[in-house]
Amino acid sequence: MKEFLLIFRREHIASEPALSPEQLQAMMKPWQDWIGNIAAQNKLANSGNRLEADGRVLKTGNIVTDGPYVEIKEAIGGYIIVKANSLEEATELAKGCPILMVGGNVEIRTIVSMN
Amino acid sequence: MQQNELIPHLFRTEYRKIISVLCKLFGVEHIATAEDIVSDTFLLAAETWGLKGLPNNPAAWLYMVAKNKAVDFLRRDTLFKQKISNVLQEQDMADTTPEIDLSTKNISDSQLQMMFAICHPAIPAEAQIGLSLSILCGFGAEEIADAFLSNKETIYKRLARAKEKLRTEKISIAIPAQQEIESRLHTVLTTLYLLFSEGYYSASQNTGLRKELCLEAMRLNLMLTEHEQTNIPAANALLALMCFHASRFEARINKQGEMVLYEEQDETIWNKALIQKGEYYLTRASTGNTLTKYHVEAAIAYWHTHKADTLEKWENILQLYNKLLQIEYTPIAALNRTYALSKANGKKEAIIQAEKLQLTNNHLYHSLLGNLYTSIDDAKALQHTKQALALAKTTADKETILKKINSFK
Repeated sequence: MKEFLLIFRREHIASEPALSPEQLQAMMKPWQDWIGNIAAQNKLANSGNRLEADGRVLKTGNIVTDGPYVEIKEAIGGYIIVKANSLEEATELAKGCPILMVGGNVEIRTIVSMN
Repeated sequence: MQQNELIPHLFRTEYRKIISVLCKLFGVEHIATAEDIVSDTFLLAAETWGLKGLPNNPAAWLYMVAKNKAVDFLRRDTLFKQKISNVLQEQDMADTTPEIDLSTKNISDSQLQMMFAICHPAIPAEAQIGLSLSILCGFGAEEIADAFLSNKETIYKRLARAKEKLRTEKISIAIPAQQEIESRLHTVLTTLYLLFSEGYYSASQNTGLRKELCLEAMRLNLMLTEHEQTNIPAANALLALMCFHASRFEARINKQGEMVLYEEQDETIWNKALIQKGEYYLTRASTGNTLTKYHVEAAIAYWHTHKADTLEKWENILQLYNKLLQIEYTPIAALNRTYALSKANGKKEAIIQAEKLQLTNNHLYHSLLGNLYTSIDDAKALQHTKQALALAKTTADKETILKKINSFK
C-alpha cells in the first residue's frame, strides 16, 4: 500500500462569512461522512487539516505576497492522506469529496516514501 | 452469611489485598511465595473455622495469620541469605521483626502498584489479563480457563511465563514516575478494556462468570479514578463506557441464557443507577484536551442508553463513529458505523459504503448486509444472512442468525 495526498482546491474567497454553529455543523457533516467512509475501509492514513483563507507567499529575494491567489484563482482549502494500492484506487476514494459540490477539485498525488 | 459462603466471599475480596501487600513487601521475584502464603492462610481458615467456629472478625484473622506467615518467611529468607553470603551481622535476628503494614492505605496503594507491575509493556496483553484475573481478582486457573475458552494447563503455563517475565525484567511494584505515568496508564487502561470486553463479548456460556469479569474490570478501573495520580480523563471515560454497557446486563440475556439484540431489549430493565454513574464519569472525563477512543466510545454508549430511534441519536452516533475510526480503525467500528450511516443517511447510501468494507470473512459483515438489503432486495438479504450463518462460530450467534433466516420465510 502506498500513501496519497488528496489536496482540496476551490475558488479563493478572501473572507469567509462567519457561520452559526448550526451552519458549521451542516457544512462539516458531508466532510465527516466522506472521511468516515474512507476510514471505515481502513484507508485513511491521516485526517489532515483544513486551511484558513489567510496566508502569505515568500518568494526569492524575500518578497512577501498575500498568497498564491494573486496569480491563480484557486486556493488550497485542506488535505488528507489516504492509503491505496494505486493512483486509480486513490482517485476512486476521492470521489464523493464535498469540495466537488461547491465547484472545487481534488488533486491526487502519490507520496514518495523518504525511507 | 453462612460459613460455606463466607470463605469464597472473603477469598474474592481479601485475597488480592493480602497478596498485593505481600508481593510489594517481598518483591516481584517472590510472587509464588506470596501466593502460597495466602493460599495456606485460606486453607487454615477453612480447617480452623470448621472446628472452632468463626472468629469475631474473620478478615482480621486472615490478615493476622498471613502476617505471621510472612514474618516467618522473611526471617527464614534473611537467615538463608546470610548463610549463603556468609555475611555476619552484629544484630540479633530474633530482635528484628519485619514490618508488615496492613493499613487500608497501604492495601489500596499496593493493589494499584501491583496493577502497574502486571500491566507492564513487557508482558504480553493476554498474560496481563490472566495475571490480573489471578492476582488482582482472585480468580482460579479453572475460572480463567473457562473465560478464555481454554484449559487449565494452558492457563497455568501462561501465568507461569508471565510471572517469570516479571522476575527477569525486574519489574518493580510501584507507581511509575510522573513523566511515565501517562504512557504506563495507557497499558493499564488497555488491559482493563480487554478484561471488560472479555466478559461482555466472550463466547463462554457461563453468564455469571462473564458478569463477574466485567464487574472486576470496573472495580479496578474505579480504583484508578480514586487515586489522585491515576485519576486522568481517559480513566474516567473508560469507567463511563463500562457503566453504560453494564447497565444492559440484565436486558441483554434472557431467562434461557440467550442473547437479546439491542433493538429487542426491554429498556425498562436497563439499570438506571449505572446509567447515571456513567453520565457522572463521562462529565468527569470531559476535562483537559485529549480526546481518547474511550471518550468517543463512552459517548456512543451514552447515546445507546436512549432507546428511542431518533434522527438526532443516530446522527450523533454516526459522527462519533466517524471520529472513532479516525482515532483507531477496527472492523467492528467500521461495521457499526455503517449501521449508524443507514439509520442517519438511509439504507441506499449505507449499502454502497458497506460493499466497500470487504470484511467478507466476518459473519457480522454479512449480517449487516443482510439487514441493509432487507426490504430492498430480499433475495440478496437472505443470501448474506446464510453466509453469516456459515461463518458464525458460537451457538448464540448461530441461533440469532437462524431466527433472522426464518423471518424471511
